Amino acid sequence: MTLTPVSPTMKSRPVYTTLIPRPASLHLIVADGEGADAVTDMLAKSPDAGNLLADAHIMYCPGPDGIDLSARLEALGAPQFFRAPTIPALLPRLARVLSDARMGIQFYLAGTEGLIGQAERAIMQTGFPFAAIQKEHRGSTVRRVQCVHCKGITENVVTDPFKCSHCGLHLFVRDHYSRRMAAFQGVCIDAEDPGQVPQAVVRFK
Amino acid sequence: MSGGAKLQVRVAEVVKVNDLITRFRFVTRDGSPLPAFSGGAHTVVEMDDHGTRRLNPYSLMSDPENSTGYDISVRRDDAGRGGSLFMHTHVKPGMEMTLSYPVNLFALDSRAKKHLMIAGGIGITPFLAQIAQLTHFGGRFELHYAARNRALGAYMDSLTAAHPDRVHCYFDDEKQTIDLSRIMSMQPIGTHLYVCGPKGMINWVLTTAEGMGWPEPALHYEEFLAPGTGLPFKVELAASKKTVTVGTTQSLLEAMEAAGVDAPYLCRGGACGQCETTVVKCDGTILHRDHWLTPAEHATNTKIMPCVSRFEGTALTIDR
Amino acid sequence: MSLDFKPGAFNDFFRDETFRDDFTYRNSPQNILRFPFPFDRDDYMYSVNMEPHVPGRKGTAFEHIFDVDEHYVSEMIDRAKVLADDPLRCQSLPHMALAGWDLLELLMESKARDYPQWFSVTKDGNRWHWINRPLGIDHRFTFLDESTLPYGPFEYITRQTQGDFSLQDERDNDLWMDAGMVTSQADWSLDFDVGMSFMEWHAPVPLAHEKGVFDRALKFLLKLQHGAPVRRFNWTMTVNPLLDTAPETYPIWGPSKTTLTPENLGAKQHLRVELQSLYRLPRSNAIAFDIRCYLSRFDDLVTVPKWGRRLHRVLRDLPEELATYKGFIRNRDAMVQWLSKHDDGSPTSPGWWPED
Repeated sequence: MTLTPVSPTMKSRPVYTTLIPRPASLHLIVADGEGADAVTDMLAKSPDAGNLLADAHIMYCPGPDGIDLSARLEALGAPQFFRAPTIPALLPRLARVLSDARMGIQFYLAGTEGLIGQAERAIMQTGFPFAAIQKEHRGSTVRRVQCVHCKGITENVVTDPFKCSHCGLHLFVRDHYSRRMAAFQGVCIDAEDPGQVPQAVVRFK
Repeated sequence: MSGGAKLQVRVAEVVKVNDLITRFRFVTRDGSPLPAFSGGAHTVVEMDDHGTRRLNPYSLMSDPENSTGYDISVRRDDAGRGGSLFMHTHVKPGMEMTLSYPVNLFALDSRAKKHLMIAGGIGITPFLAQIAQLTHFGGRFELHYAARNRALGAYMDSLTAAHPDRVHCYFDDEKQTIDLSRIMSMQPIGTHLYVCGPKGMINWVLTTAEGMGWPEPALHYEEFLAPGTGLPFKVELAASKKTVTVGTTQSLLEAMEAAGVDAPYLCRGGACGQCETTVVKCDGTILHRDHWLTPAEHATNTKIMPCVSRFEGTALTIDR
Repeated sequence: MSLDFKPGAFNDFFRDETFRDDFTYRNSPQNILRFPFPFDRDDYMYSVNMEPHVPGRKGTAFEHIFDVDEHYVSEMIDRAKVLADDPLRCQSLPHMALAGWDLLELLMESKARDYPQWFSVTKDGNRWHWINRPLGIDHRFTFLDESTLPYGPFEYITRQTQGDFSLQDERDNDLWMDAGMVTSQADWSLDFDVGMSFMEWHAPVPLAHEKGVFDRALKFLLKLQHGAPVRRFNWTMTVNPLLDTAPETYPIWGPSKTTLTPENLGAKQHLRVELQSLYRLPRSNAIAFDIRCYLSRFDDLVTVPKWGRRLHRVLRDLPEELATYKGFIRNRDAMVQWLSKHDDGSPTSPGWWPED
């Protein structure tokens, strides 16, 4: 399984790359679903994997499609490994680790855009430059979408258009992305012709 | 208009700080307030050195909120092109001069949780303004300042008196070195690092930081690149249809200006990109001395930064 | 201390009109000629097209750095209504407070200098006294101390200035849109976009990226100097003189696009021009971006024959992607049809001034 292809349609999309080991005093690895494979792939290519793992803290949760590779990551033997049941349950642990982190820390985020975006947002709040956070997109492409009208975020959006889970408007999914929201933008599709909603197409899996 | 808006000033004060460094204070000729600026900014001072027009950038060291005057400190460089010598020997109180509006290529990152500052010698000047700014508006900082010896440690006394726990001074002659790795390992996440001083110090700090995994966007440096001296060379200006000969202590930009060509510039120190010029023909080697062009652009000699770079060879034609 | 307006002064100049509901907005005959018609030739494509923003022709919208016109009071009342309904239209990320003070200083000093009959600012060190006669404001406050103003400095001064504003923080050789007052924008969401870099914020604009327009614009803006502001134009179309065309409220104003008929087009269809100006700010080193919006209905535009002919040609030949992105593709053909009656095909002089 390789890097999920992301079409470069929009300059506000995050830049995803293949994870590579970098020098650091602490390697903080956060992943969900098939992101675990990105982590093991990186370690397999690293000449110094043992030392990297000795200074690593791994946080993982299953993907939105249920894929759970936590056993594989736990077996790596890092000094700290944490399995959360969901992303919201993982984030408080991440916030605590970030609160007294030192410079010289390296971040590796892998898996769905939702996990990557929310972890990236938490890291950015410390003042750490987001461009230096490594991000590899693997597995599910379902999206977090913010309704520009009611500001509510709908999780795991699969179709385009879709119904906002907060206010009920039918929204089309733009590729315009906000790091601050960790979400794509959804805009009312039938504003000019109320009631005329095109057939929903499965766009994200 | 090259160089942008100008300030008409008068020299209010000239103070010898130590054997190498002299401080100059400028006030407006008409008594109006000077614009506020952001710490790390520099001004370009225009000089008429016996017929040679020089424009040298100097960091503003004064308090950015003090609109009554701007202070700069100039280190005398006897082997240089003469700009600092001119300042030291010919600039006197009462003299009328022209400054550019402040320009900042070395600003503090406003989102940083802490600012770690490393200064060497005259490199202390931008940090003085930045520390004043942080003192006004809040912000954590830590300064490590190295000088050759105590006599040459300009402003160390006032800095350590005002900020005893945050300023650390080191003297080369006493074999004191900054324990950079240890200091950097202790910094909280969100710290940005700023270094200003001699080229060797900058390289050492940046290499250490990269080796410790500090992210590149959190590293900032300013090197005071003087245009440098070298063998004279001839350049054809394709757009102006002129040929200039660049003298040993003159930069290509200065040679163009002396020939009446209004070439764009801003920092005059090879860092900002404003003077970037396309090379039409190059039979020889461009001696790139800037921090602006990419390695590829340096290698292919398709562009030149006339404010600092030179040429050796048979023929150079640029689009100016 | 609050920012309740007590307008009433100068009623013979400032209009009392609405930009919503009954849409009583009108341009006086003198103001029609002040309209900053954006087309200097018979076709249109994006360009960087920046020029120095220096005081220009007397009697035009370019005469002063920050233009105050007959719509000032009503626009500020409309802004206050938008913000009461949706406070998220004005946001300033925490590190932008100093840039907010820089902007407050710039706007107060400019307005007091250029319109002394309406505005004044007097200073005693950091104790300032600001008077805004058209809005009935008389405040004493301490510069750099937020607790002496009813709002943060950015919101305080932009509630008294025509035009949307954004503040860009310069970091990492890029510009970040980290504060904004956006109540008269052409369909972008401040709440979504605040915090984005220059390229990210402009990501949805079609065609311009391929042409390198934004790469050149960013390079140019990074060298913008204090004391040397610049300006450029942008334009779009709006049905009804509606200032607040935000994506947030799109379900409310979107349907109006379908209400145009050949009979009402001249009165309802408005050319919306943005006079954009950019300023380097001193203490924060940030860049202030002013997006000043001017509206004129087609009926008024064609009273200037040159503008009628030119607008017809520009709209007729505009690439479809542009008309789609600018949101008027639905009505483009109707507009071109309507305008064709005002285009006799005569040659039209270059430049945008009304006189030929």
